[in-house]
Amino acid sequence: MSSYIKRPNRALQLYAVLFLIVLYVPVLFIPLFSFNDSIYVRFPLQGVTLKWYGELWTREPVWNALWNSVKVGLVVSVISTVLGVMAARAITRTRMRGKGALVTFIMMPLVIPGIIFGVALLVLLSRLGVPLSLYTVGLGHLIICLPFAVATLLPRFEGFDPSMEEASADLGENGWWTFWRVTFPMVMPGIVASLLLTFTISFDEFIMAFFLTGTDPTLPMYIWGQLRFPKEFPSVLAMAALILFVSFALVFVAQWIGRKGLEEQE
Amino acid sequence: MAETSLPKRRTADGPPRASGSRILRLFHRSESARGYLMMAPTLTIMTFGIVVPFVILIVISLWTRHGFGFDTTLTLANYVRSWNEPIYGTLLLRSFWISGVATAITVLLCYPMAYYVAFHVHRNKMMWIILMTLPFWTSYLLRVFAWKVILGYEGVINSGLMSAGLIEAPLSFLLYSPTAVIITLAHAWAAFAILPLYVSLEKIDRSLLEAATDLGDGPMARFFRVTLPLSMPGVIAASFLIYIPTTGDYITPALLGGPDGAMIGNLIQLQFGAVNNWPMGATLSIVLMLWIAALALVFLLVTRKVQGRIT
Amino acid sequence: MTPSDRFISIRSVSKRFGAFTAIEDISMDIGQGEFFSLLGASGCGKTTLLRMLAGFEAPSKGEIFIDDQPMSDVPPHHRPVNMVFQSYAIFPHLNVRDNIAYGLRKQKLASTRRAEMVEEMLDLIKLPGYGNRKANELSGGQRQRIALARALILRPKVLLLDEPLGALDKQLREQMQLELRALQRQVGITFVFVTHDQEEALTLSDRIAVMSGGKVLQVDTPAGLYETPRTRAVASFIGTMNFFRGTVRRNGSVMAAIEAEGLGTIPMATAQLTKPDGAPVQIALRPEKFSLSPKRPEGGLAVEGRLRTAAYMGERSQYYLSIPGKAEPVAVSAPNSHRLMGGHDLPEGQALWLSWSPESIVMLDID
Repeated sequence: MSSYIKRPNRALQLYAVLFLIVLYVPVLFIPLFSFNDSIYVRFPLQGVTLKWYGELWTREPVWNALWNSVKVGLVVSVISTVLGVMAARAITRTRMRGKGALVTFIMMPLVIPGIIFGVALLVLLSRLGVPLSLYTVGLGHLIICLPFAVATLLPRFEGFDPSMEEASADLGENGWWTFWRVTFPMVMPGIVASLLLTFTISFDEFIMAFFLTGTDPTLPMYIWGQLRFPKEFPSVLAMAALILFVSFALVFVAQWIGRKGLEEQE
Repeated sequence: MAETSLPKRRTADGPPRASGSRILRLFHRSESARGYLMMAPTLTIMTFGIVVPFVILIVISLWTRHGFGFDTTLTLANYVRSWNEPIYGTLLLRSFWISGVATAITVLLCYPMAYYVAFHVHRNKMMWIILMTLPFWTSYLLRVFAWKVILGYEGVINSGLMSAGLIEAPLSFLLYSPTAVIITLAHAWAAFAILPLYVSLEKIDRSLLEAATDLGDGPMARFFRVTLPLSMPGVIAASFLIYIPTTGDYITPALLGGPDGAMIGNLIQLQFGAVNNWPMGATLSIVLMLWIAALALVFLLVTRKVQGRIT
Repeated sequence: MTPSDRFISIRSVSKRFGAFTAIEDISMDIGQGEFFSLLGASGCGKTTLLRMLAGFEAPSKGEIFIDDQPMSDVPPHHRPVNMVFQSYAIFPHLNVRDNIAYGLRKQKLASTRRAEMVEEMLDLIKLPGYGNRKANELSGGQRQRIALARALILRPKVLLLDEPLGALDKQLREQMQLELRALQRQVGITFVFVTHDQEEALTLSDRIAVMSGGKVLQVDTPAGLYETPRTRAVASFIGTMNFFRGTVRRNGSVMAAIEAEGLGTIPMATAQLTKPDGAPVQIALRPEKFSLSPKRPEGGLAVEGRLRTAAYMGERSQYYLSIPGKAEPVAVSAPNSHRLMGGHDLPEGQALWLSWSPESIVMLDID
């Protein structure tokens, strides 16, 4: 009801629009040039073509890298979400000593440069004699995805009244069935959001994959390799455009579901 | 708590089902034990993924390279080297400087945006938040690549200006410079700054702003005396969240930095790659971590002081 | 009317939020130095009206004058009014001293003078020595006083208070009511006080505006509102009231009477009754205006009823009796100083006589 404070501010409005444009335009050049009929990424545009996409289609290594990324992404997202649910539940529903410290510990990967995690894990794995593979990439991704899973799920668990679980227990359900009949449906949007987000993070992750990848490259690793050759730019652009599109769609849906549910609860 | 009341009631009704095992009974009784058990897998992974690797990293940093293997005698030689040889200090300083500038720019540019959404958007707030944070979730590599396409010698800006007839030859300072790195970092991490800023602004009780107005403050005075001090936690959080990861970044400098824009991350990466001196790489990682921790501490203390004095 | 009676003048003010009308054509005046309350249920528009006085909302129509100055184009930070917020809005990043001195910035005072003023205020609100406390170290009552001090230090022409006692527990609230009233007398500033608590409004105010649905139903002194409410809405909002439908009976021009449901024929002075013969009226009687007795009292007006329920409430008891000819029971309140029937609990169904005097009857506008 604060009309005076909320009076529209034209300058700020203009700034917001400009901000969004600047935020998106650089990224939008990628799909724009992916349709450009020239091997050089420069103005003026030479005409519309789909040949870069067609070329991608026939490239065996692209499909392999894509499949590798999907495999890692799926496994990482499921594991980190399941663990995230357990952790979020433990944090919100039990009185534990040292809870704050534990939460800080889980969130640490958010504030430590990824390169340090990458090299630390690389050193550990090589000392243990574990060969680098998609599994090691997955482990690395799990570590950076867990904080995001917990951060996405925590508000869901905080947002719903523990007395609903108590009511279920009071009506005779045991802990297991209470979880499936009450808790799970209530936090479902958070779970979906967490799955989509962690999948996207893993799918796009490069910094740790760089240190932990063996002979099977993930998609970002493959792209990194292609970036050395300017003549590959157009097909990289086409690939990047596709990845951006899928990432945008997934994250948008994840955020929408995650936040929508929260607002309804309020 | 739901789960505790149920087993307890059973205990009262008759012989408890969990009576066979003392551990199970403890599990039912103690919330703390149950909490830890539920978090155990997560904590195990985090321990093996963070703590153990860090310990090993520290140990290796105390070793030295010996041919293709390691000399496992513990020594501070690498640390001494990292202190004495100017290349390390230079790159470290440059990393802090580039990240610092990028962080400052990002927070400054994002603050009005977060302010706008927190105070001036009333409908579809969720939409705005998603729109602002969406790019952050997409491939970092690709966003950096996009800037290479834009700033490149024959990139969008140069070729655009040239075909518009505004310049004769490409502007060479755009790519392969610290400026290019700063622009790219600021753009890539914008969404990360927006969220904490937005949350801290959104949390401010509107009646505090009205009270300030009521007590005679115009919009400017109100902003500097109430809004800004109360949103400082968000500013600090945003600064940390950008500054810390960007100091260790190596993709952006590798793709856009050129020789003048290289950062400590590139050097660390080289030690584990072409140079193949893992102990030195480990040392540099530890040094980077320690500096980040020290700088973060100083930053925190200074902002506390300033915040106390702002009013 | 003297100018000081029109210190605040609200002229035909309306406020719409989209399709919703929060305030509908309100006109009234508030005098200088008055303790004036806006009383009504939540959503009646009282807070919107207060916020328009503060300048946080602009009227959709009409004009507000404060001390003869039109306020439309004056932003909140330039108005000679200050507000005590419902949540107190104590700045969490400042200590008590800086909170109280917040509004003094523009006055360019010497820092010693400023410190002196803050100390005076801390004395006034009976919190001396609290200057260095942080906002989160204060109790609800203390925060309320600091919000008061922060506004009063600026010597506003009008102090606006938005349910400032609502968050306090009962005992503290009663204590703060007394202090607030004393403080207002002491500083002599015009107070406009918003509340939904009728008892609080009656205790504190010089005059009260009863509001409902964005309109002012009645503006009057506490006694005036209680004793002579004009409408059923006002009468039932303040205290308990028994309502009776009735019909005017005239027999010539000198004597008139009302035939009321359950009460029989009540003779009235013609001056009190201007309506023609046969016109429907509504009359009302407060529970304490009835007397109860086991036997028919000598003379006067009385009907016999049967006790439905009785509620013991300490200094008085509330009885509900059914009387023939009226569906709802009649509420009667009697002091327990000498209890009926020797203090024994009365059985349900006990026959009792209700009596009243014609002067205690309130004629209501039919609404």
